[in-house]
Amino acid sequence: METFLIAIATMGGLGFIFAGALALADKKLSVEENPLISRVNEVLPGANCGGCGFAGCYDFATNVVEGKAKVTGCPVGGSECASSVATIMGVDSDGLERMIPRILCLGGYTEAAQKMAGYNGPLSCSAMDLVSGGDKMCFYGCLGGGDCVAACPFNAMIMTSNALPEVIEDLCTGCGMCAKACPRDIIEMHPISREVFVFCKSQDDPKTSKAICAAACIGCSICARKSDGGVVMNNNLAVINYELLEPEKIPFDKCPTNSIRKISIPVN
Amino acid sequence: MFQKLLTFVGGIHPGENKNFTENLEIEEMPLPKSVYIPLSQHIGKPATALVKKGSIVKEGEVIATAEGFISSPIHSPVAGTVLKITTGANLSGVPKEYIEIQVNPEGEKVFMEPVDWQNNDKKTIINRIKEAGIVGQGGAAFPTFVKLSPPPGKTIDYLVINGAECEPYLTRDYRLMLERTSDLIEGIRILMKAAGVPKAIIGIENNKPLAIQKVTEAAKAYPEIQVATLKTKYPQGAEKMLIFAGTGRKVPPGKLPLDVGVIVQNIGTSLSVYDAVVKGIPSITSVMTVTGKGITTPKNLLVRVGTQLAEVINYCGGLKPEAVKVISGGPMMGIAQYDFNAPVMKASSGLLVLASSEINEAVETPCLRCGKCVEVCPLNLLPTRLAKLTQMGKFEDAEEYGVTVCMECGSCAYECPANIPLVQWIKLGKKEVSKIQRARKSS
Repeated sequence: METFLIAIATMGGLGFIFAGALALADKKLSVEENPLISRVNEVLPGANCGGCGFAGCYDFATNVVEGKAKVTGCPVGGSECASSVATIMGVDSDGLERMIPRILCLGGYTEAAQKMAGYNGPLSCSAMDLVSGGDKMCFYGCLGGGDCVAACPFNAMIMTSNALPEVIEDLCTGCGMCAKACPRDIIEMHPISREVFVFCKSQDDPKTSKAICAAACIGCSICARKSDGGVVMNNNLAVINYELLEPEKIPFDKCPTNSIRKISIPVN
Repeated sequence: MFQKLLTFVGGIHPGENKNFTENLEIEEMPLPKSVYIPLSQHIGKPATALVKKGSIVKEGEVIATAEGFISSPIHSPVAGTVLKITTGANLSGVPKEYIEIQVNPEGEKVFMEPVDWQNNDKKTIINRIKEAGIVGQGGAAFPTFVKLSPPPGKTIDYLVINGAECEPYLTRDYRLMLERTSDLIEGIRILMKAAGVPKAIIGIENNKPLAIQKVTEAAKAYPEIQVATLKTKYPQGAEKMLIFAGTGRKVPPGKLPLDVGVIVQNIGTSLSVYDAVVKGIPSITSVMTVTGKGITTPKNLLVRVGTQLAEVINYCGGLKPEAVKVISGGPMMGIAQYDFNAPVMKASSGLLVLASSEINEAVETPCLRCGKCVEVCPLNLLPTRLAKLTQMGKFEDAEEYGVTVCMECGSCAYECPANIPLVQWIKLGKKEVSKIQRARKSS
């Protein structure tokens, strides 16, 4: 009987001592962490894609709580995620629209002239760009090496047989990694409701661009003439100013190369 | 007689293929109908055009002036009328701005007054080299006068003249050494005086015995000029390799030859210096080797700057049907051309037309970890590691592994049994790392 009592007393006593030590440690050695961070982290997609510009979702959450990132900063989660984050943070989410990459070049191998020499080297846009600017005659257009396809964390990009990338909109989260990977800045992130784009980046003179690509903007400025500032000409290239753009003023059917397009119009 | 050959560690020995042109005298190519003068023929800022459409220019007249310290003026290589200033094909592969001049064969010449260099000071000579628009003809086209004016506090005690011509196929330096030996020695003496250097070494590879013999004989009268026989190996003519072979000094990574008290000049550059100082002729011509199995008649040609490649090819009888690749420069470091409208520049050393039999259309296979690239790298780098790090986008690591030290000689890719385009990857790595370094500096 006595043995039992000693055992219970010893074990119980030890239990009390350790519990006390733990309680003390919890108070004295606790690391202060804003509970908001883990709450924000929970509503984020958790893909750790880096599209927001931070090192993964947790880092983004920390920066949101610290006020260094916008509540709408996660491009992947879209408006739903943004409003959840905003609720947690107690601020208004200003209606984040889904962003989508637009590939602003239509000069595939069928449209764009190629150099008299073939390219024999690694299939990577940035590596191709080093060798006389790739195998197309155009120095502004898509290189077709697929750096964007390789950069996409969601398999939402494919390379077509015409050596132009294509976005699978259902899979795309709008993280923008493809736009960052493109050495020619052809891929731009736009709100999904935007319909009008100039599908060309060439600043070559009209004669050159006419000669080397069937899909090039040749700088004729027909689209810019009556657009009231919605389209401006910059170095032989039509550039859209979305703040002033009124699509009904643009004569899409007059574009000689069909490079300015409204994308709800079926593209052939 | 056995003689110990000077050399460096690493490197390769590709087929020399100099037999196409090594016994052909340098021939002057007739004037073309029009010349196309690029405004950027040197490292540094492009020159600014001084002429307009319709301007009448004389041969030797300055048509574009230097912009900033590291830059070089450009002289008209012909007399004629400026047709236009526009952008077009360039040997670098990317279109650049050029001045098109229609040639008038009866036009006037305006060369500079010769300089009596024996009785003038350093400054006058360097100034002449600067106004004559002379750039290094070893490949990088660095303005020569900049090299000759070292920052204060640096003592230079060696001038190394690069007569290695280690690129296969090219024979232009070899022919210049044979045909203009005494001019070359005088050019070297001018350079020595301009830079205030007491000793000069002319490094020549041992596959050019005739040149070694002739240059040694001509240099006999000047004990301060030595001829060093180098082992035939690529890249023996690379600045750092040549300095090590010739003087035993090692240029540390990221440093210049100046830091070990050496200036390196090319054979062609030394002769341009002679022409500019003794004869008053600015840099308006280039001697280039047109060679390879793909060209009908290989030649060593004296060509006006601005002559289109198409004209040069035509003058050499045109391309053979089996020609598949045209390279400006040598096979190891030259740039493949896709547009024959590209004009010859001051630093053009050759035009190589390879036939299908000379080309290995390699298919890349996985790395075997054989280490051959590491063995041959003259700068002791790990090419396979650098290429892999670049592929993976780990540019900071690539920087740590010394990617920026690479001089792109191509020895690693030449040796690679898996045909991995190592140099192309490393070039990309260098570009990305320098972007990171610039961002770091500005922040």
